[in-house]
Amino acid sequence: MSRRNIEENVFKGLMVVSTLIILSTLVLILATVTVKGLPALNLAMITQTPKGGYYLGKEGGVLNAIVGSLYLAGGATLLAISISLVVVLYLNVYAKKDSHLAAFTRFSFDVLWGIPSIVYGAFGFTIMIFFGLRTSLLAGIIAVSLLILPIMSRAMDEVIRMVPEELFDASYALGATRLETAFKVIARQALPGILTAVLVAFGRGIGDAASVIFTAGFTDSIPYSLFRPAATLPLAIFFQLGTPIPEVQDRAYASALILTVIILIISVVSRILTKKFTKHIVK
Amino acid sequence: MEFKTHISVQNLDVFYGTERALKDITVDIPDKKITVIIGPSGCGKTTLLKSFNRLVDSMDEVKVSGKVFLDGENIFDPKVEITHIRKKMGLLSQKPFPLPMSIYDNVAYGPRIHGIRDKKELGRIVEHYLKQSSLWDEVKDRLHAPASRLSLGQQQRLCLARGLAVEPEIILGDEPTSALDPKSSQRIEQRFLELKREYTIVIVTHILRQAMRLADYVVFLYLGELIEHGPAEDILVDPKEEMTKEYIKGIIS
Repeated sequence: MSRRNIEENVFKGLMVVSTLIILSTLVLILATVTVKGLPALNLAMITQTPKGGYYLGKEGGVLNAIVGSLYLAGGATLLAISISLVVVLYLNVYAKKDSHLAAFTRFSFDVLWGIPSIVYGAFGFTIMIFFGLRTSLLAGIIAVSLLILPIMSRAMDEVIRMVPEELFDASYALGATRLETAFKVIARQALPGILTAVLVAFGRGIGDAASVIFTAGFTDSIPYSLFRPAATLPLAIFFQLGTPIPEVQDRAYASALILTVIILIISVVSRILTKKFTKHIVK
Repeated sequence: MEFKTHISVQNLDVFYGTERALKDITVDIPDKKITVIIGPSGCGKTTLLKSFNRLVDSMDEVKVSGKVFLDGENIFDPKVEITHIRKKMGLLSQKPFPLPMSIYDNVAYGPRIHGIRDKKELGRIVEHYLKQSSLWDEVKDRLHAPASRLSLGQQQRLCLARGLAVEPEIILGDEPTSALDPKSSQRIEQRFLELKREYTIVIVTHILRQAMRLADYVVFLYLGELIEHGPAEDILVDPKEEMTKEYIKGIIS
């Protein structure tokens, strides 16, 4: 066998091994969560709030955390979209290609992306104190939106940069303004990618515990106001696992299973939506 | 043949960074005729064309000096509203780029941004211009299908309809048939020959045969310089300049 063939085979082998590592990690996590969580999962888990306070009781469920997480991640995603979309359209439609401001903004997003979520939690906490807010759904939304903003913006930026120059020109040549071009043409062309960016950010937001630990607070009841504390699934898992009671620990895996299923449902729905929107894309 | 001027270019210089893409161009583009800009690749043909609707503005590090008069107005005057200038011109690019929406919405895009909201009126406009670009019969049953599903030739005619729908005075074509098959190219050329009764048409091409079929007036550029311009029968049949002669004989390419 020639040297080049050996190289080829070694590389193929490495690819197979890497793929297997990734796949087996996914399968093992899903299996652990399902095997340990499924026995503890029952209807009460998803339809009732906890009995006995702080999940310590073995009765009731985590409805407070399910609703709290959805509100929190949903709110943070909406807030992050409204900022990201504007920034990203500015970077790609208004700013010149050689703009220092644009380069600096992109660099900032890369740095922000790397900051651990606990730091966002602490930062959110400082802002909260500054504005005299208490731990609340709103404070949690702000902290999580800060966390997911760079992720969403960078992902959107990548897809909008792929939009061909000629498509901008086609719109400009018809006498469209930059704003019209940005929202009616460019955002539409990039819509599937934008949806993916939103989904990735939502997934990151709903699964993060550290950013909400100081900001969203905790409650046994379903949040009914932006200014009241809100429970979240990641923290529910954290608290339940932290108890010395084995039954409650099992319930942590059930909570994790619920969180996983929520993310799965959102992924599937967004895939379907993305497919629906790709039909207009110009190649 | 007498020509009435529609676009008057005076001492136009365009720089990309330090590279001088157009050197002191002065030329008059005749009204309601087909003007063809010829010259080897990289000679500034497209830059000149894109100066007319100021699409050069969006290029990187571009600097423009000189004047381009359209209806007596210098389009590079800072006070000029750029969307107003662009509304007067339809553009066909090398490869057709339909907007990411339906066939109907592509044609209605221009009229809508310029303020037409009435559904009946929009429907009439869409039908009229799709007919004028001879696409109507092929798409009338699927107006709300995505424009991206059309063939390239159909897409280019859709782009023509889309450009005409903003009621321009001028049609600009940047090698508008280069991505098309011969049959589709022929249809586009026929459209041009009919449209020149109502519109001033400026086309960039590197296909000499196309220039011969279409041109009333010819502009020959070489490395950013205007070498020769004049009525087609003069330039294409009996050019004065040595360089034009060589290009037409096919020596420079």
